[in-house]
Amino acid sequence: MAGEFGNPEVVEEEVDILLIGGGMACCGAGYEVMRWAEGTDLKIRLVDKAAMDRSGAVAMGLSAINTYIGTEQDPADYTRMVSNDLMGITRDDLAYDVGRHVDESVHLFEEWGLPIWKTDENGERFDGSKGMTPLKDGGKPVRSGKWQIMINGESYKWIVAEAAKKALGTDNIQERIFIVKLVNDKNDPNRVAGAVGFSVREDKVFVYKAKAILLAAGGCVNIFRPRSVGEGTGRAWYPVWNAGSTYAMAAEAGAEMTLMENRFVPTRFKDGYGPVGAWFLLFKSKATNATGEVYMDRNKDMLDDYPPYGAAAVPASCLRNHLMLKEMKEGRGPIWMDTVTALANLRETLTPREVKHLEAEAWEDFLDMCIGQCGIWVGENIEPDKKNSELMPTEPYLLGSHSGCCGIWVSGPTDVGAPTDEAYSEGIPEHLPKGWNWGYRAMTTVTGLWTAGDGVGASGHKFSSGSHAEGRLAAKAMVKFCLDNKDYKPELDTSVEDLVAEIYKPVRNFMEHKDYSTAIDINPNYITPKMLQFRLQKIMDEYVAGVATYYTTNEHMLKVAGEKIDMLKEDAEKMRAKDLHELLRAWENYHRIITAEAHMKHIEFRQESRYPGFYYRAHVDLVDKSKLFK
Amino acid sequence: MPTFVRTEKCDGCKGQDKTACMYICPHDLMALDKDGSVTGHAMKAYNQEPEQCWECYSCVKICPQQAIEARHYADIVPLGGSVQPLRGSDSIMWTIKFRNGTLKRFKFPIRTTPEGSIDPYGGKPAADMSKIEENGFFVQCNGYREGDRSELIKL
Repeated sequence: MAGEFGNPEVVEEEVDILLIGGGMACCGAGYEVMRWAEGTDLKIRLVDKAAMDRSGAVAMGLSAINTYIGTEQDPADYTRMVSNDLMGITRDDLAYDVGRHVDESVHLFEEWGLPIWKTDENGERFDGSKGMTPLKDGGKPVRSGKWQIMINGESYKWIVAEAAKKALGTDNIQERIFIVKLVNDKNDPNRVAGAVGFSVREDKVFVYKAKAILLAAGGCVNIFRPRSVGEGTGRAWYPVWNAGSTYAMAAEAGAEMTLMENRFVPTRFKDGYGPVGAWFLLFKSKATNATGEVYMDRNKDMLDDYPPYGAAAVPASCLRNHLMLKEMKEGRGPIWMDTVTALANLRETLTPREVKHLEAEAWEDFLDMCIGQCGIWVGENIEPDKKNSELMPTEPYLLGSHSGCCGIWVSGPTDVGAPTDEAYSEGIPEHLPKGWNWGYRAMTTVTGLWTAGDGVGASGHKFSSGSHAEGRLAAKAMVKFCLDNKDYKPELDTSVEDLVAEIYKPVRNFMEHKDYSTAIDINPNYITPKMLQFRLQKIMDEYVAGVATYYTTNEHMLKVAGEKIDMLKEDAEKMRAKDLHELLRAWENYHRIITAEAHMKHIEFRQESRYPGFYYRAHVDLVDKSKLFK
Repeated sequence: MPTFVRTEKCDGCKGQDKTACMYICPHDLMALDKDGSVTGHAMKAYNQEPEQCWECYSCVKICPQQAIEARHYADIVPLGGSVQPLRGSDSIMWTIKFRNGTLKRFKFPIRTTPEGSIDPYGGKPAADMSKIEENGFFVQCNGYREGDRSELIKL
């Protein structure tokens, strides 16, 4: 029997390996871990705050797999692209390791039933249901960019989750449980011994002890004031349920974070945030200013300021924004995606059948992964062959798997020549590992704590497939770790009673004070999670380079932000939860604050505009080469 | 647009404790109003936090009564359009209605194998524990490749 609201039942469990999250990374981990754990007696558990069939960033589906190396390309070349796109600060060891493994996962996806587009010998495109040669046997994918391949991906997550769920077994999966805090080991403050969370369906708190924990709960959305003002605030570009839980929980457990100043400001179809990749790369569309000038041509001299990142065949993502923002700031907006010209050009060489197929492809690109954009097109009567669509840079997002690389510092592969203790120790604080690998792949600087996907810092452009592969790499290392630490017994450094009290504090705040005022949402003794989120978003937007200032900040503004965030953290103690749904929001928003604070402090520390187009440190406009690392 | 539940179509998943939409929503938005005290409609589901809706359509696609639709974000989108799917076992049909009445229909494949048919380890070798510290996974699917890494690692 579950407890009652305010007095939850406490469930204590001990497992060997705990997987926190149910997205691509944990699905990969779940698939890989059970095979290595066969015959070892290791107890494995996956805990997801949602339902695995539709959880994580791929919940809605995807129209492309953005990382597929293929036989004709080189994972080392992929690694160089990752580095260039992220302005030179990434870890080659991590990116390369993803690059050499990632196709393994993609080949499994196809085997499991994911339809992948193919081209025939004449170069004609076919959808993935036509039974053409699979990729693993040499089938030719449809490239929508050097590393991307097109899929019919409405059920991408459903398929990947089915494999993971079957591999794990239903007894080892718990859904609708939100893990909110890691617990360190009583005898070793730099070791993780467990995690705690609660059910969002019944009054239960879960306290897990574990030897090895994979924390892969996505990136961070909605710490900045969104451009939308009402219902549309749900239409974040990245999934609105990614609340920074990965970063916040890891940081609080003592994990070394890296590149938390990095952010992603995607340029997307305005308001719906529909994908632009296929439009640029598959349909050969151009983006222009209000008068039809292609800003990437008009402003191309600006790329010369940032060699080599601006000089690459595809200039770094932030620099493409940088060139667009010039048009917007100087009053030459709106920015248009010229879909009309692109489709007209394509039609010149296509048969009527191919034109019909092309139209379906254009719509499927949205319907597979961003249905809300179709909602805007139908509402505004936009047919892409007749009317152009506006583009807009979004509010900032924090993530480590897409075109961003903030996250946690993890142990890399040992065989690619990455720095070791001897080669790389200058300036490294005493408590941290000196080299780039410390025994277990993807383990953080906290013993027993792993991450993957959005959690791994300094290694962007993994996307869905790379996150799955990275989860598999972590899983294998976790099994090895558990076998090496058979005699270790995790002991929590905090009593279960205190942990439960902390988790249910927002509920207690509500129960104690709810009758003080007649209006449930206005009460001097508590703050609703929603208002707390609004305050955070306003601070971040106005002082930490949000859309309000065209992504510009300076050390003075950051100082003000710091003071306001300090008080916000104090008030977070007074968050209320009137039901379990609001308790979920309370903890999500707590995670958002911790993540936002890390972002702000890292921007403060890096005294340069490392990512022009994503954010600007006023007065420190250029990339400072003397600060190339760290 | 947030999703909404059509009153006359929703049957509250026939009095089960948990509706399909509650099961699937990644953001915990769907709720069942058991006694009608919230919505005035007992035993019907509703979207309890529409401004947090990602319009991912997970609830729309899973609803056994096809009772869920989307009215696109009112702070952005003019009224009158609709985008409605019918998800089958191997394909999805979309009916797209523009504000001006233009109608389009598309059908796309969603998977090439029967739902529930995945045999995750079928025909695959057991893990070779002697290789647990080597590169690669327990199974090789012709996707692992080394490449030329001579230019990697900068300091």
